[in-house]
Amino acid sequence: MINSIEKLKEILVCGGTGCQASESNRVFEVLKEEVKAENLDKQVKVIMTGCFGFCEKGPIVKVMPDNVFYVEVDEASARKIVKEHVLKGRIVEEKIYKDPKTLEKIPEQSSIPFYKKQIRIALRNCGKIDPENINEYIASDGYMALAKVLKEMAPEEVIDIVKRSGLRGRGGGGFPTGLKWEATRKSKGDVKYVICNADEGDPGAFMDRSILEGDPHSVLEGMAIAGYAIGAKQGYIYVRAEYPLAIHRLKIAISQARQRGFLGENILGTSFSFDVDLKIGAGAFICGEETALINSIEGGRGEPTVKPPYPAQVGLWKKPTNINNVETFANIPPIILNGADWFSSIGTEKSKGTKVFALAGKVNNVGLVEVPMGITLREIIYDLGGGIKGGKKFKAVQTGGPSGGCIPYEYLDTPIDYESLNELGSMMGSGGMIVMDEDDCMVNIAKFYLEFSCDESCGRCTACRIGNKRMLEILNKITEGKAEMEDLETLKELAETIKDSSLCGLGQTSPNPVLSTMKFFYDEYVAHVKDKTCPAGVCTALLKYYIIPEKCVGCTACAKVCPVNVIHGEPRKVHVIDRVGCIKCGECFRTCRFGAITRK
Amino acid sequence: MPKYEVDEAKLRQLEEYIDSLSNKEGALIPVLYKAQEIFGYLPKDVQLFIARKLGIFAAKVYGVTTFYSYFTMQPRGKHVINICMGTACFVKGADKILEEIKKELDIKEGNMSKDGMFSVDTLRCVGACGLAPVVMVDGKVYGRVKVEDVKGILDEYRKREG
Repeated sequence: MINSIEKLKEILVCGGTGCQASESNRVFEVLKEEVKAENLDKQVKVIMTGCFGFCEKGPIVKVMPDNVFYVEVDEASARKIVKEHVLKGRIVEEKIYKDPKTLEKIPEQSSIPFYKKQIRIALRNCGKIDPENINEYIASDGYMALAKVLKEMAPEEVIDIVKRSGLRGRGGGGFPTGLKWEATRKSKGDVKYVICNADEGDPGAFMDRSILEGDPHSVLEGMAIAGYAIGAKQGYIYVRAEYPLAIHRLKIAISQARQRGFLGENILGTSFSFDVDLKIGAGAFICGEETALINSIEGGRGEPTVKPPYPAQVGLWKKPTNINNVETFANIPPIILNGADWFSSIGTEKSKGTKVFALAGKVNNVGLVEVPMGITLREIIYDLGGGIKGGKKFKAVQTGGPSGGCIPYEYLDTPIDYESLNELGSMMGSGGMIVMDEDDCMVNIAKFYLEFSCDESCGRCTACRIGNKRMLEILNKITEGKAEMEDLETLKELAETIKDSSLCGLGQTSPNPVLSTMKFFYDEYVAHVKDKTCPAGVCTALLKYYIIPEKCVGCTACAKVCPVNVIHGEPRKVHVIDRVGCIKCGECFRTCRFGAITRK
Repeated sequence: MPKYEVDEAKLRQLEEYIDSLSNKEGALIPVLYKAQEIFGYLPKDVQLFIARKLGIFAAKVYGVTTFYSYFTMQPRGKHVINICMGTACFVKGADKILEEIKKELDIKEGNMSKDGMFSVDTLRCVGACGLAPVVMVDGKVYGRVKVEDVKGILDEYRKREG
């Protein structure tokens, strides 16, 4: 029995994009209405927080201090939570997470398998505080690190802690953050800039968005500390236009931080001044590349430029500029407060701390996880992710987005760090992790990523602009069953050439999805080319439709929907498909209620 | 003053915005944002106007407009449908949803339907991967969309217009 109204209660409602799309705003309103109707305004606070991470089971509602975690809350159950749980101290059983394996009901967040192995540093406040209220951030040790740095530490000491912590860039490159700061500090010039790269462009990745939505002040604090360390007075956050909620909350956070004197002139009464402005992107993946991003902030086309000189020497408006990713900045305040040794005690030899991953695709628990470096892919997919949806067979996991690769079953026990993923022909990337099952065709997946890279290539380097197009044409030929074995050779050669002769990260890595699928799933390529079949049954041009005579009841439904009238048979008798005229539209397959139509 | 074949009042509104900027350096992208907000798209004359107003080459304005996928030179429908083509949505069949919408409206990607009611575009990951596949209409997110749901979603907007 829970002690109901004796203590002040907080009802936390997830306000992340995922939960909002499943009407968590409505749940939030209903909870407030109910609390008011029961005259509990004084004892119960309803708070909209950032992302809890467990998007699969959204909308999430958590009641504190009772520590009860509710999933898939709708209007009716929201009312029940107030009437039963808050008022009478009775847990609303049907909305408690139920472990699908043990069928055990688990009310406590930290005991749910999805959360068990997580260590939350960058996400420490997401799902705990109201991101639109600076007081809640301050109450969770917010801006303490900035105060410590300004009052007790020299800029060099700050850089030293960050260096010793072993923190590396979380945007994908993995460059040591402390070294970057040091290089910018050492560059000559009295005007310097700090830029936060929030142009999270990898499809299937939403780590940075969740941090910006759930804990925007942690990013501002990290930026201010960086500003102090390198000697900058101005910072910019370059954020995607596709993230309206993140932009909204950042605007609120910046204005609150200015009001409270954490941004602006003479911060906390010291001689240090620092301010942050937002720059909204306009939809170009390439702008995640730092030199392209700088060109975009300057108002031009987001095309990359040759490095060196690095932004640390010649950056925004030709001034020394330090660019870090959202998650990197969010890690800074805890490192300052808890020390370099604490941070470097987590993780592997070369990759310290934690990494946030956006787990998506064919996995049971889609969501956001923050795990220590060195955890295996298997642990993430099976322990946290709860395995593959619908009991299907795992085929591959894709990391690193369009720059990364697909990792097959044999390597699931690889401990994750920057180096191990590179060795597998993939990369850490910004943290997208897409799980694929037996129904996914790896050639088609490679084609998907290549289409993305073709679309997003800025066109500056010939190899990337034209080479990727030629690769895509070959992949199209393969999926249409028109390719020869020698095309596979050409594909590989093109891929190597593009990697070697492109200026920026986009071109240098765009062939990775093709190369890694060719390496691990070569037999699928061969099946498409030699046998003209798609083993996963995805590439429509290669599919052949059959009627299974034992299952066909002769209902004539398939014959009626066939747009080219190639299905023949009398009512209540087995039908047949005349494959000569079949256009492989799949209408019959979708229409049959008896599972009598199969495709191979 | 050169003549522009666009709505005068809207042009004035844009002019006021540009005049209000304290720093015109690096302002091109925010100005294009504003212009698209006012006009709905960026026709040639609006780009020319911006170039003259900011004192930069029209080629630069055109270059930036065509570089970023957010900016469009095509007029948009009353309701903008965006189909998420992020990986998570893709592996859950977003391409089939797109096909169905195109079929239902009889238009190509990036175009406006004949009645001016809808335009269709794809975008890269709205980050609601837990709800894949995702369709956005005017910023409202529809999650776990099935091919059968498409008509219902479109009808919702058609009804609203009567």
